[in-house]
Amino acid sequence: MTAPPLLDIKNLTVEFATRRGAVQAVKSIDVSVAKGETVAIVGESGSGKSVTSYAVVRILDRAGRVAEGSISFSGMDLVTATERQMRDLRGREISMIFQNPRAALNPIRKVGKQIEDVLLEHVQATRATAREKAIEALTKVKIARPEERYDAYPFELSGGMCQRVVIALALACQPQLLIADEPTTGLDVTTQKAVMDLIVELTRERGMSTILITHDLGLAAAYCDKVVVMEKGKVVETASAADIFRNPQHPYTRKLMQATPRIGMSLADLLPDAPKGPPAQAAAPRPAPSPDAEPLMRVENLVKEYPRPETGAFFAKLMGKAEEPKSAFRAVDSISFTVAKGETLGLVGESGCGKSTTSMMITRLIDPSGGKIIFDGTDIGAIPAKQFAASAHRRRIQMVFQDPTDSLNPRFTAERAIADPIMRMGTISGRDALRARCEELARLVGLPVELIDRFPHQLSGGQKARVGIARAIALDPDLVILDEPTAALDVSVQAVVLNLLEELKGRLGMSYLFVSHDLNVVRLLCDRVIVMKTGAIVEQGTAEQVLGNPQAEYTKELLTAIPHPPL
Amino acid sequence: MLKMIGQRLMTTIPSVIGVIIVTFLLTRVLPGDTAAYFAGPAASPQAIIEIRSKLGLDQPLPVQFVSYVTALVKGDLGQSLTTGQPVTKDLAARLPASAELTLAGLILAMAVALPLGVLAAVRQGSWIDHLCRVVATAGVSLPVFFTGLLLVYVFYFILGWSPAPLGRLDVFASEPARITGLYLVDSLLAGDVTTFRAAFAQLILPALTLAIFSLAPITRMTRASMLAVLGADFVRTARASGLSNRKVIGTYAFRNAMLPVVTTLGMVFSFLLGANVLVEKVFAWPGVGSYAVEALIASDYAPIQGFVLTMAVMYVALNLMIDVLYGVIDPRVRLEG
Amino acid sequence: MNDMSQVLKTESESISAAVPAEPAPLRFDAPPSTSLWAHARHIVAENPVTGLAFGLFALILLAAVLGPSLVPYDPLASNTSSALQGPSAAHWFGTDQLGRDIFSRVIVATRLDFAIAVFSVALVFAMGGLAGVMAGFYGGWVDKVVGRIADTIMAFPLFVLAMGIVAALGNSVTNIVIATAIINFPLYARVARAEANVRRDAGFVQAARLSGNSDWRLLLTQIVPNIMPIMAVQMSLTMGYAILNAAGLSFIGLGVRPPTPEWGIMVAEGASFIVSGEWWIAFFPGLALMTAVFCFNLLGDGVRDLVDPQRRN
Repeated sequence: MTAPPLLDIKNLTVEFATRRGAVQAVKSIDVSVAKGETVAIVGESGSGKSVTSYAVVRILDRAGRVAEGSISFSGMDLVTATERQMRDLRGREISMIFQNPRAALNPIRKVGKQIEDVLLEHVQATRATAREKAIEALTKVKIARPEERYDAYPFELSGGMCQRVVIALALACQPQLLIADEPTTGLDVTTQKAVMDLIVELTRERGMSTILITHDLGLAAAYCDKVVVMEKGKVVETASAADIFRNPQHPYTRKLMQATPRIGMSLADLLPDAPKGPPAQAAAPRPAPSPDAEPLMRVENLVKEYPRPETGAFFAKLMGKAEEPKSAFRAVDSISFTVAKGETLGLVGESGCGKSTTSMMITRLIDPSGGKIIFDGTDIGAIPAKQFAASAHRRRIQMVFQDPTDSLNPRFTAERAIADPIMRMGTISGRDALRARCEELARLVGLPVELIDRFPHQLSGGQKARVGIARAIALDPDLVILDEPTAALDVSVQAVVLNLLEELKGRLGMSYLFVSHDLNVVRLLCDRVIVMKTGAIVEQGTAEQVLGNPQAEYTKELLTAIPHPPL
Repeated sequence: MLKMIGQRLMTTIPSVIGVIIVTFLLTRVLPGDTAAYFAGPAASPQAIIEIRSKLGLDQPLPVQFVSYVTALVKGDLGQSLTTGQPVTKDLAARLPASAELTLAGLILAMAVALPLGVLAAVRQGSWIDHLCRVVATAGVSLPVFFTGLLLVYVFYFILGWSPAPLGRLDVFASEPARITGLYLVDSLLAGDVTTFRAAFAQLILPALTLAIFSLAPITRMTRASMLAVLGADFVRTARASGLSNRKVIGTYAFRNAMLPVVTTLGMVFSFLLGANVLVEKVFAWPGVGSYAVEALIASDYAPIQGFVLTMAVMYVALNLMIDVLYGVIDPRVRLEG
Repeated sequence: MNDMSQVLKTESESISAAVPAEPAPLRFDAPPSTSLWAHARHIVAENPVTGLAFGLFALILLAAVLGPSLVPYDPLASNTSSALQGPSAAHWFGTDQLGRDIFSRVIVATRLDFAIAVFSVALVFAMGGLAGVMAGFYGGWVDKVVGRIADTIMAFPLFVLAMGIVAALGNSVTNIVIATAIINFPLYARVARAEANVRRDAGFVQAARLSGNSDWRLLLTQIVPNIMPIMAVQMSLTMGYAILNAAGLSFIGLGVRPPTPEWGIMVAEGASFIVSGEWWIAFFPGLALMTAVFCFNLLGDGVRDLVDPQRRN
């Protein structure tokens, strides 16, 4: 460690001008990256991790500026460098890749041309060789048929493929430092693994340094040498990946680490004040539902079909061509399962696997194309979704939505939102009784009672999630569908909400159908698990069986794709 | 690409049908005696009855519609009472004048609006941005006939720079040989610089009036979409890859920003074709707009109907061109159809 | 901006995460009605032009309500002995070819022009808003029908269509109102449709469905209240356009007839005097028209700032 670091950030402070004066997004931080080293900057949303990276490349937006400190790269001070020098550096010495790869590419320019632009700008190719070099760059990121892909537009490529193009773009000029800002957020877990493996392989191969900016401590630890933890603009801890997991020093790191679900934990372990000791204490043995008892819900051969969009049908008809009858798209392809009373059933799969469609059918928001949904002896699938609001079963099946902000009417106070189902279907009448019930529910979900007169924009994400949960349980439902209820929340808030859900289930005796893409969370919360792929169930069984000893190839693939931190 | 154009062409069919139905309904179904309208205010009862049977207005509505469409297909829009000519002939004679004016106005507006909008977005908060905002708000607030009159007062009456606002050419100049019908083009083709100058001098004020009016929406949209695009992720990627400012703004941002602007052009054309009528009246421009206004004053209905129909069909065609232009810029539309 | 809002959001997020029982730091500590008022003051303070627009609006309203009782002369009384006089102490805006006082005519005309705009906007708000909300919420054939109607209207250059409608319906002020409403129909229907459509599948509407709300109750309590602010912006933005349109129609001799004082027709009457230098006859009514439209456009922008949640932080 005698060689000077490639990138050395010292005492960096970044300010943003706002209506209420300057706000410091990054407060005198120190980060150094050695040559060939992979460093993760980890933090929850708004911790200043992205701002730090923008400051390095000097692409902060108009309102932001470096207030103090120095950033030296190979001995050059990037804070005082001219814009021309910076432009020369960007893409050639320091490259960046961003979250949401599809948006990161110019939508109306061929991807090959976009790579060429960078090559030509930095004189890494001439007009004559540009095409060839761009194809070479595409080949390096393992894009199949690169000559063809050269002429593709971003909208013709999948998300993972777009991210490969972005990586090709970033590495085209052989830079020394790659900054990856949440490169896999929003991608499916198997795609995430492929992309991360590719980044690591390519950067190692070239002896490059990498900064990985992420909210996912597991991902950071699995792929990086060193981890820098940021909180509210400050660096709270810097340590090697192994050390940070084994022996976190700062309380915030500890909390963050603890809140990250891993194998061998119980739900209660996620919380900061969890009693240390044998995990059995927290993971109270769940009363196994007896197999012979009649299940709460039995789903039989459930199907949802969507008609394929008829492109140019009218034109074809006009030309006298007989349109080939296309088979409808099957979003859910004849699935069957049961939900026992008091059970939490996990429904797992990657985006587009049909899990959300399934949950929408079960909540009776959309009509199935075929099959039965037998709920407590009645085939509720036969009741049209439009009429289900008036059905006596409506109050027994409720749902907690994915995005707590989107699921609350901006014009309703928290109390009005919680009271809505009670007013429509409940038995409580009278203002005072209603208010009392809302307050009781608020207490039940841990929402401070004084907050229930507030509007959604006056509540934090975690508080909004609590309102959504209170509304779902207001009528003591028998089955609650949890549609990725924590996907929009920071990991520490997620920990609290998951525990709350578990506690409520025990107390109110509900069943949960937990829809998620996060296997680590599913492991913690669910008794049984169903794995779905392209509309069909590939495996189902108890959580232990499915996640501990998977049988289906796809389940195994999903499990290996989860980043495993060194333990 | 051809497939896309074909598809767009298909979508204009319902529009054209709608336009024909509406113009038909405007004359036949609304309250009032259509025959009396067509006969004009001075007609005797006997003449009205004659007109009624001549136009087939005593027939049931579907029959009337069929004969209306049949006449349309033959290019028959009826007779003008004022000029005594077939409406089709009148409109055809006057259309080039309106087209020349509208095109000149549009080109002038684009030439100012696009750079102004782009600069305002690139230098957000600078004086040019403020100028842009003033132009955008003032432009839509100015009644187009009022702007025209102000320009006439300043440039004709006070300064004496421009000729009297009386048509396409002053009395001393002679019309160029008709090739396109656009005087500027025709005089150049004939190599007649004097006529070109005379036509240009007449055209500049009305074209400027139209340009001031249509400047606002184009500037506004250019600025807004340029701002949106400059904040987009892919522009950030382009910057982070070290591309030069010219490349980022020219190739990456501008082309993307043009997409909403091209869409706005549809609305701009709608404005322009309407404003044309008012500007033609102010400048005594012998186009289809002033033809319609004269017909309105004389309660001469056939020309008005013909005018509305012609304008609508032209507008549908313009929108089709805009769609195709959009497809040229945006591969997503072009390739997915 | 994005970074900033993230930075600001952070604090509340992480604090609430750490101490769940503590209330989150607020962007507004007061109930929303007060905050809206505070926000309005903030907007006026930040953009004095909006304040100016509110002031102008008050003046226009005053002239529209009290106009006839404020003016020094009878707007219809002609006096040939004082015809075509320029602006003076006696006649602030001069007199026209019949010796009528232009100032009085301009002020009195406010009511008519304002009324045309208000009624046509109210009419199109009712028709277009309702049709659009139904189309967006129910989709299917309702959507198709509304969309087809809007498309057909949009296939015409709007002012030209308005000319055709007034010419066909007959030359009256009522028909100007109707024509102006019809040509604005697609705009309202489309905005309402788009807003209703995105909200139809929003989480909070789905949640309300699960709470047992019927369709019409969803419309009334969940969708319509959330669309109203956007429609309000739409209304204030189209007021100016409605006035321009009505004035344009009367400029070419449709709708309002002489000697009724109305801005468009007054400009038309003054137009022939421009070339001989009597500028004031057309200038002052034109200026009044321009000011009114300018005021409504600024007001529209102001209302948008007030409503747009993007600017509310």
